[in-house]
This record gives sequence, structure tokens and C-alpha cells, in this order.
Amino acid sequence: MSDTQLTPEELAGQKYKYGFTTDIAMEEFPKGLSEEIVRLISAKKQEPEWLLEWRLKAYRLWCESEEPHWAHIHHPPINYQDYYYYAAPAKAAPKSLDEVDPELLKTYEKLGIPLNERAALAGVAVDAVFDSVSVATTFRETLAKAGVIFCPISEAVREHPELVRKYLGSVVPQSDNYFAALNSAVFSDGSFVYIPKGVRCPMELSTYFRINARNTGQFERTLIIADEGAYVSYLEGCTAPQRDENQLHAAVVELVAMNDATIKYSTVQNWYPGDAEGRGGIYNFVTKRGACRGRNSKISWTQVETGSAITWKYPSCILQGENSVGEFYSVAVTNHHQQADTGTKMIHIGKNTRSTIISKGISAGKSNNTYRGLVRILPAASGARNFTQCDSLLIGEECGAHTVPYIENRNLTSKVEHEATTSKIAEDQLFYCRSRGLSQEDAVGLIVNGFCKDVLKELPMEFAVEAQKLLSVSLEGSVG
Amino acid sequence: MLEIKNLRARIGEKEILKGIDLTVPTGEIHAIMGPNGAGKSTLSYVLSGRDGYEVTEGEVLYNGVNILELAPEDRAAAGMFLAFQYPVELPGVGNANFLRTALNAVRRKRGEPELDAVAFLKSARAAIKSLQMNEDFLKRNVNVGFSGGEKKRNEMLQMALLKPGLAILDETDSGLDIDALRIVSEGVNALRGPSFSALVITHYQRLLDHIVPDMVHVLAGGRIVRSGPKELALELEARGYAGVEAA
Repeated sequence: MSDTQLTPEELAGQKYKYGFTTDIAMEEFPKGLSEEIVRLISAKKQEPEWLLEWRLKAYRLWCESEEPHWAHIHHPPINYQDYYYYAAPAKAAPKSLDEVDPELLKTYEKLGIPLNERAALAGVAVDAVFDSVSVATTFRETLAKAGVIFCPISEAVREHPELVRKYLGSVVPQSDNYFAALNSAVFSDGSFVYIPKGVRCPMELSTYFRINARNTGQFERTLIIADEGAYVSYLEGCTAPQRDENQLHAAVVELVAMNDATIKYSTVQNWYPGDAEGRGGIYNFVTKRGACRGRNSKISWTQVETGSAITWKYPSCILQGENSVGEFYSVAVTNHHQQADTGTKMIHIGKNTRSTIISKGISAGKSNNTYRGLVRILPAASGARNFTQCDSLLIGEECGAHTVPYIENRNLTSKVEHEATTSKIAEDQLFYCRSRGLSQEDAVGLIVNGFCKDVLKELPMEFAVEAQKLLSVSLEGSVG
Repeated sequence: MLEIKNLRARIGEKEILKGIDLTVPTGEIHAIMGPNGAGKSTLSYVLSGRDGYEVTEGEVLYNGVNILELAPEDRAAAGMFLAFQYPVELPGVGNANFLRTALNAVRRKRGEPELDAVAFLKSARAAIKSLQMNEDFLKRNVNVGFSGGEKKRNEMLQMALLKPGLAILDETDSGLDIDALRIVSEGVNALRGPSFSALVITHYQRLLDHIVPDMVHVLAGGRIVRSGPKELALELEARGYAGVEAA
């Protein structure tokens, strides 16, 4: 177990009050980022030399590059030297549900999260949580039997160095962008998944994730490899509100699909969005990319983004293998002062590659919601096809919706279609629902869920229901 | 019982309803007829609580409760139902889901147990059969791509399930062919009974051949200018509104 993932005993033993007086010496991990800190992180994780070098290269690239400002987002300058890059001091974990903010519990109830999971999600010390450890063990055994590797990436570095070394940074190199470089230098932990040839992963990796993989830190790194003919469905995050004191998040996710392999990656992002006046909230700068390396491979991204003060995120597909397929299904909701600039890139390289983009943006309050997407068809991609549909829904008078599609087609035999609509929740729709007995908020929820149906149906079943409720909860107070 | 007392309402600065007095006893069906611009639709919207209509005077009691103080959804729970002249489309929202959500919202407020999916489908199918509709209706999105007649039938389906004590039909007959007209009328007539009342708002007399009213009121210039038995509708049909307006 890595140092950032505290054991249940450690969690329970932490008694930091706000004064913070335990023996975890903060002097060792000062604020700020330097080559020394990168070395320290690597040393603490007992990483091999090659990974240290890899991190240092990323650090140098980060130093040389500049924070990007092309997205439609605004924030005060980020002082990168004012953050902790390793094990930020945690607040004391509550010991039971009685100590948890009742508002948080109310939200869990609205979302229909099972009682025995609520404590775990609220951050109650793990050993106090109903049998989550035994459940996790059962999952682990099932996966091992199928030959699936699913573990923290820090563990994979030790146990499967050949796989990690081969694939880490092969889809998102350290030099990719400012935030990817930052993540590569200081990544805390994350998940590693390897599905061997011909194996269909026997379970949704979501269920496991929800109970087990918390505290992966603000610089999460995920690497998923589906070997020939393999299939895996992975769900990141959960619908429960994520309470996190770290303001800056910069994750990297890399997916690799070989011949005839399929990866389905679903995200429900519900980080703290800040308060109604726009104070606080997470800055979420994420780089997610999948490489369809093999023939007939398929990568499908589904995301429901309702949280964070700022979302900067473009899950993309590099369609290299012949007949490979990329999909992007997205719902992005912004309320109050939230800002989202999100979309995808579909890079068609191989023959007869196909991509589908369905994006649903919902803006309420004083928020801004931008779809930004690139469809690039390279000269070799004969017979390539793309279909893009971007729909925006506005709630109220003070929000903004923006659509920024880039289309670059360099092959005459390919076909690109783009459709976009912008609409408002009409007063007559609300009145119609209310005259049938629905409350204003239920009416908004119903209309918004209808608007998002094409995306929500792509989510794993058990999350689709929660995601529907999440949309309603996120938009509470947005009308009237 | 519905009692409207000296009801005045305006949109912006323009007064549309200029003192309406009307009583519909429980168990009766009353028709409101009148020329275009008389305030017929305004009356139905004010009764059901739509935003944008300001009541400046008067009160509306439904079973003794002043419903003007209630939100539209609470009026629905109290037993009122507005059948829309132009039913609204809800893209992506399945009809069955909409119906069940509405029905359970109303049942909750009335203190009745909610229906689970099986119980709901059973009653929905029964209602669909009695309205001679196709079961596909439940799978389609609310009013999206419906013909005019289908939309009106969908209103009747909602009404059959919500079982209101008072239905307000706002020109439900506009744009209907004769078959659809018959089906809509049967929908209303099926609910007819000692605990059901209706306010049938219409421009033409022909709907009243199918839904025979206990009383007919003429709304013109924001006031009820004449009331009488069902024969009044025939008289209006023959002589037009010009005469009554002058009166």
C-alpha cells in the first residue's frame, strides 16, 4: 500500500484537530513544487530509477511550458507554489455518521445511495464501515480468477513494471500539455487495469471502485489496457458529492485498446462546485485520452459532469486501427458560477474509422458551459465517418452556452456530420408539468433528464438511475 | 363546487377578466362560449395558476378553498385538471414515465400510496383501452410527433388517470376531426357523475352535441354576459355572438 493511501488503522488513528499536532512532520513536505519534491515523492513511493527519471523529465517540461488560456474559463492566477504536492494534511475523519454534515446525508438520501455505503462515502474511518473490506476482497478474488489485473498504479509499478513502463505516457506523453506534465511529475496514485487477451472482465469495475478507491489524491493517474479481444467497463467517481479540500486537481487517464478490444469508460464527476456565490470549489484540469491501436477496437467515453468550479476536460480517441470506433457521450451541467469547457477530440488515422459525439450541455444560474470539440480526419483515413450532435439547454437568463467545433477533413472519401441546437426550458413546459401535479423542481428534473436521455442510457445501469437524480439535485434552486 | 367571485385579472397593464361571477355545482358540467379575445383562455390559465396573469380582485373557491393562493401543482393535487388547447411537447420524456411521475406526485399530496410500475401499467393500460388508444402511446415521448388528435387524446388519458374532481377543457375541440371529437367527449362523459364537474370552454357549439352541458355561459369582453340552459348554445350557433355582445 502506498503512503498516500492510508490504511484503515492509520485513518482511524489520525486525531488531527485543526491544530494538527501528530507526528506526521509537515516540514518534510513543504508547500510548493521543485525537483526536490519530485524526488521526494518518488523516493517515498520507493519507485525504480526509470520512473524517477520519467517524473523529472515531466517536471522540466512543466517548468518550460505555460498554463493554457484558450479555454472559455476565468479564474484568478493559480500560485502553483502554494499547494501541497504530496499528502496534503487531511482533516480528521468522522468516526460515525453522527459526526457527518446532515446536509451531506440528506443529499445521499436524495440520490438513493444504499445506507451501508453512505458512511464510506462521507469519509467515515474505513474500519467503522459496514463490511466494505470483505466485499472488496471478494471482488479481488473474482478478478484474479479471470486473470484481470486491477490495482493501485503504485502497486502496478512494483508488481508489473514491464506493463507500466511500456504503456505509461504512451497515449498522453509528459509533453502533452501543461497539466499533463504537472500530473506526470507529481501523480499521487490511481488505478491500473490490464485485461488479458480474450478476457471479458467479469464485473463492472465501478462497484469495486466506489467502495475501495478513495484518497487517490488530487493528481490521479489511471492506465487501462485491454489486450486483443478483451472487454472492460470502468466507472470512475460516483454520484455522491465528493468533499475534497484540495482545490487543484489535474488527473491523467490513458486507455489502450488492442485488436478487437473494447473499453467503456464512464465518469460521474461531482466534486465540490463552490457555493452559490462562486466561492471555493475545485479546479478540475483533466487529460483523458484513449488509443484504439488495434483493428476493430472501440473506446467509448461517457461522462456526467456536474461538479467542480472549473472543468477543463476533453476525453479523446486516437483511431489508429482499421475499423476502430470512438464514442463520446457527455452531459455537462453548470449552475451558479460554475464554468465548464469540455468536449472531445476524435483523431481519425486508420481506414473506415468511425466516431460519434453526443454532447448535452445544461447551463443555469450565472454559469458558463462550453462544448469544444475537434474532429480531425487524416489523409489515410479513407471511409472515415463522424457524427456530432451538440445540444445546449439554458435555464434562466444569466447563463451562457457556447459551442466551438473544429472540423479538419483531409480525406475526400470520409464523411463528417455536425448538428447543434440551443434551447431553453420553456415556461409552457414547466407549467404543463406543474398543472399535472409535479413540483417546479421535479419538472425541471424531468425535462433535463429527457434532454440528456441519449447520454444517460450509455451509463452502466445502476448508475444511470443515480445520475438522473444527480442532475435534479445539481439544478435545485435554478428556476424560480 | 367551483365558485368564482368578481374575478379580475390582467396581463401586464391590460385587464382581460373584468369581474367574472360563476358557480359550477359539484356534479355539473358547464360550458363557456364566446368570441375570440373574450378572455376564455385567460380564465382557464388563471384558474390553473399559470405565471404572467395577475389577479387584481376577487376570489376562486374550489370546495371552499381559495385556490388562487395555491401553486399549480397544489391545485392539481386538490383535484383540478386543465386540458390544454395546445398540449406541450417534452422531448426525451417518455409518456409512461411522465404519467407515473405526475400520478404519484398527486397521490403523495393527497396522502394516497404511490403506485409501483406494475400497478401503474395496469391502470394505464385500462385507461388506454377505454380511450381506444394504442399502447405505443406509453412508449412515445410526451406529445412529441403526435398529431393534433393524438395530443388531445393524450390529455384525456392523463385526465382519466389523475381522476380530477374538476376538469377545465380549454378549447379541447380545436383542430379535432369528428372521430377524435367523439373520443374526447367519451373521455369526459366517462368521468361524469355526482362528484365530477367540468368547465368546457369552446368557441363552437359542436362539442356540446357530445358533451351535453347543464348550463351555458357566454363570456364576452371579460365578463359573463349571459347564462342559460343548453339550448343557449344552439341559439348562439344560429345567431352568432354579435347579439349577445351588444346585450
